[in-house]
Amino acid sequence: MVVANNSDLTEKSGNAGVNPSSESFLWNLLNQIPDPDIPVVSIVELGLVRGVKIIDKLKAEVTITPSYSGCPAQSVFTDDIKSLLKQNGFNEVEVKVVLSPAWTTDWLSNDTKEKMRLHGIAPPENEPEAEALFCKQNKVKCPRCGNTNTHIISRFGSTPCKALWYCNYCSQPFEYFKCF
Amino acid sequence: MKTKEALINYCLRLADNNLILAQRLAEWCSRGPFLEEDIAMTNISLDLFGQSETLYTYASELMANGKTADDLAFKRNERQYFNNLLVEQPNGDFAFTMVKQFLFSTYAKTLYAQLMESNDAFLKGFASKAIKEVKYHFRHSSEWVIRFGNGTDESMKRAQNAINELWRFTDDMFVMNETDEELISTGITFGADSVYTNWKFTVDDILREANLLLPEDNNVVEGGCNGIHTEHLGHLLCEMQFLQRAHPDAKW
Repeated sequence: MVVANNSDLTEKSGNAGVNPSSESFLWNLLNQIPDPDIPVVSIVELGLVRGVKIIDKLKAEVTITPSYSGCPAQSVFTDDIKSLLKQNGFNEVEVKVVLSPAWTTDWLSNDTKEKMRLHGIAPPENEPEAEALFCKQNKVKCPRCGNTNTHIISRFGSTPCKALWYCNYCSQPFEYFKCF
Repeated sequence: MKTKEALINYCLRLADNNLILAQRLAEWCSRGPFLEEDIAMTNISLDLFGQSETLYTYASELMANGKTADDLAFKRNERQYFNNLLVEQPNGDFAFTMVKQFLFSTYAKTLYAQLMESNDAFLKGFASKAIKEVKYHFRHSSEWVIRFGNGTDESMKRAQNAINELWRFTDDMFVMNETDEELISTGITFGADSVYTNWKFTVDDILREANLLLPEDNNVVEGGCNGIHTEHLGHLLCEMQFLQRAHPDAKW
């Protein structure tokens, strides 16, 4: 299994000249699939694609891992993977799911975090252990004004991966992508 | 009992716990005490639905008889569900729901920490994944229990009532049957004794902090892992399975 190497993936599109039977061709294709909930980053950048394999010229196998167990985005991007690879000449596409190693936000590169921030979502920062009770959370920087005068409203937000925060300085609520 | 059959039963037990509690939490959707808490409960519900689907999928692969994860979730009768009695209890008020969640999330967190050492690769991977989600549920519900206990007279009374009412269903989570015997002997699971010790330690700790007491009289009820349930499960299934019974194999 080939594991994502982010430096190979910064070039979007531009598949011309790449050998269509190579795995890097597949990685490039998959890197064009946006995450259904946060379309500014791709499923590859989020670390959701764990491996690709070309079985023979016409058959591809893609290994993915869930972010959160119940995340409805997974079935959407599974369909996206199948249709995109079929459009690109693979007539058989198998999508496998692995649970181990468990998905973690540690896999997000600084570039990916910056894309999130520009989109208005505060990227994950160091957090206390998830089970520590009433633990003061490190101040999250407001993605708009950069101020750290913020407070948490709810640990559960509009999607499983996000919490709801509020910036006291610019008086705006914002979403924070939880450390996981 | 053969190992494979035991493993299927065990996965169903874990999956049923998650499915039934998820269904209960979903009943709060749009009825939460305030918006953020409404979203919190449905988020926890979503995690649990997802965990149950993962487990049903594995169980259906082991069965290899053409049954799908959906068949297992929607097309069994009450006596074929192995969930613990605690999770099927009605929601009651918000304090009741959070006390129930706290007792279960503490259990799930303790159990999954142990299953991370399982020699079944799937269960090991599942536990390592699920424990990350369950820790959030544990923290959320524990903090509420502590707030209720130290809040107003009313919140304390309601939380104490919930403990008094729910405590008798907690022994049921640690009952073992021939499924456990087979899996312990093969190193897939490790039995309920150490899970109980760790669970009780954490529960005592939080209740002490919440100034809540355990009831003295405890009329223990057991039977979940053998398919013997309280009257509430049938009603829950009736609503949850309605669509699949009215329109079998309907697809979204």
